[in-house]
Amino acid sequence: MHVHVKRAMSLSGAGLMPTQALADWTINMPPGVTGTSNEIFNLHMTIFWICVVIGIVVFGVMFWSIFAHRKSRGHKPAHFHEHTFVEILWTIVPLIILVVMAIPATATLIDMYDTAKSDINIKVTGYQWKWRYDYVDEKFGYFSNLSTPQEQIDNLAPKGEHYLREVDQPLVVPVGKKIRLLLTANDVIHSWWVPEFGLKKDAIPGFVNEAWTRVDKPGIYRGQCTELCGQGHAFMPVVVKAVPEADYNTWVAEQKAAAEKERELTSKDWTMDELMARGKKKYETTCAACHQVDGGGMPPTFPALNGSKVATGPVDGHLHRVVYGVQGTAMQAFGKQLSEVDIAAIVTYERNAWGNKTGDMVTPKQVLDYKKQSSK
Amino acid sequence: MSAVIDTHTEDHHHGPAKGIMRWILTTNHKDIGTMYLVFSFTMFLLGGTMAMVIRAELFQPGLQLVVPAFFNQMTTMHGLIMVFGAVMPAFVGLANWMIPMMVGAPDMALPRMNNWSFWLLPAAFTMLLSTLFMKGGAPNFGWTFYAPLSTTYGPPSTTYFIFAIHMMGISSIMGAINVIATILNLRAPGMTLMKMPLFVWTWLITAFLLIAVMPVLAGVVTMMLMDINFGTSFFNAAGGGDPVMFQHVFWFFGHPEVYIMILPAFGAVSHIIPAFARKRLFGYASMVYAVGAIAMLSFVVWAHHMFTVGIPVAGELFFMYATMLIAVPTGVKVFNWVATMFRGSMTFEAPMLFAVAFVILFTIGGFSGLMLAIAPADFQYQDTYFVVAHFHYVLVPGAIFGIFASAYFWLPKWTGHMYDETLAKTHFWLSFIGMNLAFFPMHFLGLAGMPRRIPDYALQFADFNMISSIGAFMFGATQLLFLFIVIKCVRGGEKAPAKPWEGAEGLEWTLPSPPPYHSFTTPPEVK
Amino acid sequence: MATTQSYYVPAQSKWPIIATVGLGATLAGVASILVEGSQGESTTGAWVTFFIGAMIMAYMLFGWFGSVIRESRSGLYSQQMDRSFRWGMSWFIFSEVMFFAAFFGALFYARNFAVPWLGGAGDRGSSHILWENFQATWPLLNNPDPDTFPAPEGIIEPWHLPLVNTILLVSSSVTVTIAHHALKNDHRTKIKLWLAATIVLALGFVFLQADEYIYAYTELNLTLRSGIYGSTFFILTGFHGAHVILGTLMLSIMLIRIHKGHFDPEKHFGFEAASWYWHFVDVVWLGLFVFVYVL
Ligand code: HEA
Ligand code: HEA
Ligand code: HEC
Ligand code: CUA
Ligand SMILES: [Cu+2]
Repeated sequence: MHVHVKRAMSLSGAGLMPTQALADWTINMPPGVTGTSNEIFNLHMTIFWICVVIGIVVFGVMFWSIFAHRKSRGHKPAHFHEHTFVEILWTIVPLIILVVMAIPATATLIDMYDTAKSDINIKVTGYQWKWRYDYVDEKFGYFSNLSTPQEQIDNLAPKGEHYLREVDQPLVVPVGKKIRLLLTANDVIHSWWVPEFGLKKDAIPGFVNEAWTRVDKPGIYRGQCTELCGQGHAFMPVVVKAVPEADYNTWVAEQKAAAEKERELTSKDWTMDELMARGKKKYETTCAACHQVDGGGMPPTFPALNGSKVATGPVDGHLHRVVYGVQGTAMQAFGKQLSEVDIAAIVTYERNAWGNKTGDMVTPKQVLDYKKQSSK
Repeated sequence: MSAVIDTHTEDHHHGPAKGIMRWILTTNHKDIGTMYLVFSFTMFLLGGTMAMVIRAELFQPGLQLVVPAFFNQMTTMHGLIMVFGAVMPAFVGLANWMIPMMVGAPDMALPRMNNWSFWLLPAAFTMLLSTLFMKGGAPNFGWTFYAPLSTTYGPPSTTYFIFAIHMMGISSIMGAINVIATILNLRAPGMTLMKMPLFVWTWLITAFLLIAVMPVLAGVVTMMLMDINFGTSFFNAAGGGDPVMFQHVFWFFGHPEVYIMILPAFGAVSHIIPAFARKRLFGYASMVYAVGAIAMLSFVVWAHHMFTVGIPVAGELFFMYATMLIAVPTGVKVFNWVATMFRGSMTFEAPMLFAVAFVILFTIGGFSGLMLAIAPADFQYQDTYFVVAHFHYVLVPGAIFGIFASAYFWLPKWTGHMYDETLAKTHFWLSFIGMNLAFFPMHFLGLAGMPRRIPDYALQFADFNMISSIGAFMFGATQLLFLFIVIKCVRGGEKAPAKPWEGAEGLEWTLPSPPPYHSFTTPPEVK
Repeated sequence: MATTQSYYVPAQSKWPIIATVGLGATLAGVASILVEGSQGESTTGAWVTFFIGAMIMAYMLFGWFGSVIRESRSGLYSQQMDRSFRWGMSWFIFSEVMFFAAFFGALFYARNFAVPWLGGAGDRGSSHILWENFQATWPLLNNPDPDTFPAPEGIIEPWHLPLVNTILLVSSSVTVTIAHHALKNDHRTKIKLWLAATIVLALGFVFLQADEYIYAYTELNLTLRSGIYGSTFFILTGFHGAHVILGTLMLSIMLIRIHKGHFDPEKHFGFEAASWYWHFVDVVWLGLFVFVYVL
C-alpha cells in the first residue's frame, strides 16, 4: 500500500500539474513484481525524497535571499566571506547523507549479483533486431520477433494497444522460480530490460553476462532493448509471460514436441506452394527488417534482393550468403539460426517472389547437403 | 617592469592583413576568442537544428519525418556537435578573451599555436559534417560510438569521423597547453595562485583535464581505426579482445569530459553572482579546493556509465561510492554561491538571471546525477530518457546558461556597448520556460520506461513527448533572439564604461571597454 | 609570476592556416585511401590529396620552425617566453604519456580481464560456453575464433633483440645527457660527437625494430591480424617506433643547428626540448620492454 502513497506523494512533489489531470500519465518507475524491483523502487524513492529535502533547504535559503536581500528593497550588502564552521558542516553533512544512501544500495546490489541456486537457465541472445531464447536445460529455443505490423509504424493503420511492445513468441517463465539468464549477443551490443523485474543487463557479443529474476505474479510484462544497436533498435521488444508452474510445464512439453516435429520436417517432401507460403512468412519475420517486405532493401547498406544477381544467380551462391552471411556486414550467418526447412523455404521464396522468376525450388534436403559439403 | 616589444619580424613582407586575412592570420587573443565564439554559436545552431529534427520525429508515435537510419545519424551528430563543436569551443573562446585580461597579460603565451588550435576546428567539423553526404550516411552509433556497432558494423564514413576526432583532439590539447602556459607564466606581479580569479582557476584545472583525457580519446579512436582497417581485434572477442574494453577507455575520457563542459561555467558564475550580489564571493579557498577535488575524482568514476555491462560487483561498488562522493565538493560550490547571495544587495540583470537559473537547474541535474550514481537504481534508469533528462539539465541550463551568462556579463567589455536589457531578459525567460518544458518531462518518460535513441515509441509515452517537443521548439526559436541581441550590441548602443557592473571586481574591469588590442602593455601590480 | 623584461607578441602568421590545410588534406587523403580502397574503388585521387597534404605539412614544418629559430636567434625571446616554451613542451609530453596510457590500459585490460574471462575464469567466466575450445594463456597463442584470427606461432624472445634494443635506447639517453652537459660547458666538439652517437644508437634501434617486425611477420605469423596479442604488441611498439623516428629527426635537426653554431650555454631550449622528448621515448620503451616483452 505504501507504494501508492509514495507514488501520490511523488506526483504532488513534482508539483507540475493538478494530480487529477495526470491520472493515467505514468510519471514514476513501476514498483514491479519481483523482490529486486521493489527494493530498487524503494531505493529510488528514498534518494528522490532526500534530494527533494536538500533542494527545499538550499533553494529555500536562496529564494529567501532573492526576495529579501535585493537592492530594490534597499538591502545593504554584508561583508562576510568565510566561515570555517559552516564550511566544514556542509561538507560533513552531505557526506553522512551519502553514507546513509550507500548502505541499502550496497545490499541490493550484492543481492542482484547472486545468481547461484537457480531453478531454470535460459540463454538470451540479442540479434539485430530480435531476441532468441534458448532453454538450456530443456534443449529447445526460438526467436522472438516484433509483431507490430509495418503499416502501424508508417501511420497507415491505427496503432494497437501494445504498439511496438508485442512479439510473436514471448519468453515464458514460471512464477516463483529463480530464473538465471545467460545473456549474450550475436552481432552488436544489445541490452535486455523488463522494468517490472528491475532487470536490465547488456548482451555483449562474445561474452556472457549473468542475471537472475524471480517473478511473483503471473502476467505479461513488456520492455525493450535499451542499447543502441542500429536502425532497428526501437523495434526489438522484450515480452515475458509469467505463468503458474503447472502451465509452464505443459508449455515446455509442447515446445519440446514441436521442436521434434520441426526436425522431422526436413525429411518431408515439400511442394513449391508449401515452401513459398512458409518462405513468405519466415522472410517477413526474419529478413524483411533489412531487405524489406517488397525485397527492395535499403541501398546502399542493405541490398535489394528483388532482381539481385545473387538471388537470381546460381543457387549455391545464394545459399552461401544465407548460411554463412557476409563477414563484417549486418548480413548474419543464418545457418545456425534457422532450420534447414526455413532456409529452404526462404531461399525458394526469394528466388520466386517479386520480380525474381527463376522457378527454382530448393528443398530442405538440398540445404542439408549444402551445409555438409561446403565451408565459408 | 617594461613594456611589450612589438617587433614584428615578418612584417616587411606584408603589412598587418585587412579584411578576411586579419582573421585567418591573426595571433591576437581577442580575435581568436571572437572566432571561437562565433564558431561555437554556429555549431550550436546546427546541433540545435538536428535536435529539432529529433524532437519533430518524436512529436508523435509512429514514423513521420525521417527513417530510423537517419534518426540515428541525427542523434549522433547532435551529441557530437553540441559537445565538441558548441560547448567546448565556447569555453575556449571565453578563455581566450578573458584569461589574459584577468591575469594582466598582453596576450596568450603561445599566440601562433593559438591560431592553429582554432583553425583546426573548422577543418575537423568540415570533415565530420561531410560524412552526412557520404555513401552509407554519417556516423549513426551515438556520440559514445560503442564498438562493435561503430567498428564492424559502422558505416564507411567512420574512418573520416575518426580523423575528425583526431583533429579536434589536437586542437583541444594545444588550446589547453596554451591556457596553462598563460596562467602559470604570464600572471601579473603579485598575483599569487590563491589570488587568481576563479574563472582562471577553473580553466587551469579544465586545461589539465583536457591534456589528460583528450589523448585517451585519440587512443581509443585509433584502436577503432585499426580494428576497422587493419584487422586488429581490440574490441572483438573472437580475437581475444572485448567490446567492453572500448567503453572503459572511452569513459575514462568521457567522464572527465563532462566536467570539462561544466568547470569553466562554475568559474564564470563565481564572478557573476558576487558582482550582482555586491558582496565578495563566499569561501574562495574552498571553491578552489572543491574544483580540484572534482577534477581528481573525475578520473576514478568512469564506470558509472557502464553499470549494466556486467562489471564485477566489487568494481561496481567502487565506482558507485566514488561517484557519489562527487556530490560533496559540488555541494560545497552550490552552498558557497547561495551564501554569497545571502545578505547581499542583489539586482537581476540578464547575467544574474542566467546565473541564478544555472545554480537552481544545475543542482536539479546534479540530483538526478546522484540518483544515477546509485548502481542498483541505475539498472532501471540506464539508457532511458531519465539519463537524457539528467544530462540536458547539467548541459543546457548548466553549460549553455553559463555561457549565456558570461556572454551578457562580458559583452559590454568586448564590444564597448551595452546590450539591450529588455530583450536579454525576454531571452532569459523564454529560454527558461522552454528549456524546462522540453527537458523536465523527460524525467517522467525515462522513469516510465522510454529508452533513449529511438525514433518511435510505445503509446503510453505520447503525451509527454509532445510537451517536450513543444518546449524544445520554443527554446530553439528563442536562441535566434540571442543572435539578434548580440548583433545589435556589436553594431551599437549605449556606450559601456570600463566597469559597467557596480559590484564587479578584477583586472579586466580596469581596462577600457572595448579593451586595447594588446590587453596589458605594462603588467599591472596586484596587491 | 611575471618578472617580465619584454614580451614578444608575434605578428600575424600564415603558418597556422597552412598547417591546418596541410593536416586536413593529409588526413582526408588517408581516410579516402582506406575507405575507397576497402570498397574496391580507385584511390588515385586520394593518394594525390594525401601527397599534397604531406608536402604542405613538410613546407609548414620547415617554415614555422625556421621562423621560430630566426626569432630566437635575433634575441626576441625573453626568459618569460622561454618559460612558456618549457611549459608547452612539458605538457605536450604529458599528453603523449596519456596517449600511450590508453594503449597500456588496453593491454592490461585484455591480459587481466578479457582473456581470462573468455577462458572461463572469474566473474564473467561463463563466457567460456561460447568458445569451448579456447584456453586462456598469455602470450595468447590460440584465439577464441582461430578461423577469423589465426594465432601467432610464437612470440619475440625478450632476451635477444629487445634486450639489445633496450641497451641501445638507454645508452642513447646517456649520450644525449652527456651532450647536454657538454653544451652547458660550451665544448662544441664534444656536443657534436655525443649527439651524433645518440643518433647512431637511435638509428640502430629503428633498424633492429624493423628487423623484428619482418621476423614477426614472416617467421612467427605474429601480425596485426593475429588476435589481441598481436594487436596490442603492434600498436604499442608501432607508436613507440614512430615516436623514436620523430625524436631522431628532432635530434638530427639539433645536430645541424649545433653545426651552424646555434645555442649557447645559457639558452638552448630547442636542444633541451629534443632531449626531454628523447628521455620520454626511452621511458616508454622501458615500460614496453617490461610489459610487452618480458611479462
Ligand atoms: C556537464 C555535464 C555533466 C555533469 C556536471 C554531470 C554531473 C554528474 N553526473 Fe552525469 N552525465 C552527463 C553529463 C554530466 N553529468 C552526460 C552527458 C551523461 C550521459 C552520457 C551518455 O551516456 O550519453 C551523464 C550520465 C551520467 C551517469 C550515467 C547514467 C547512465 O547512463 O546510466 C551517471 C551515473 O552515475 C551520472 C552521474 C553524475 C553525477 C553523480 C554528477 C555529479 O557531478 C553531480 C553533483 C551535483 C549535485 C549532487 C548537486 C549539488 C549538490 C548539493 C546541493 C549537495 C548536497 C547533495 C547531496 C548530498 C545529495 N551522469
Ligand atoms: C551541450 C550539449 C547539448 C545541448 C546544448 C543539447 C541541446 C538540446 N538537445 Fe541534446 N543531446 C546531447 C547534448 C546536448 N543537447 C547529447 C550528448 C546527446 C546524446 C546523443 C546520443 O545519444 O548519442 C543528446 C541527445 C538528445 C536527445 C535524445 C536523442 C535520442 O536519444 O534519440 C534529445 C531528444 O529530445 C535532445 C534534445 C535536445 C534539445 C531539444 C536541445 C535544445 O537545447 C537545442 C536548442 C535548439 C537550438 C539552439 C536550435 C536553434 C536553431 C534554430 C531555431 C534554427 C536556426 C536555423 C538555421 C540557421 C538552420 N538531445
Ligand atoms: C540485419 C540486417 C539483415 C538481415 C536481417 C538480413 N540481411 Fe541479407 N544482407 C544484409 C546486408 C547488409 C547485405 C549486404 C552484404 C554485402 O555487403 O555484401 C545482405 C545481403 C544479402 C544477400 C546478397 C544480396 C546481394 O545482391 O548481394 C542475400 C541473398 C541476403 N542478404 C539474404 C538474406 C536472407 C535470406 C535473410 C533472412 C533469413 C537476410 N538476408 C536477412 C543485411 C541483412
Ligand atoms: Cu537491440 Cu537495441
Ligand atoms: Cu559520468
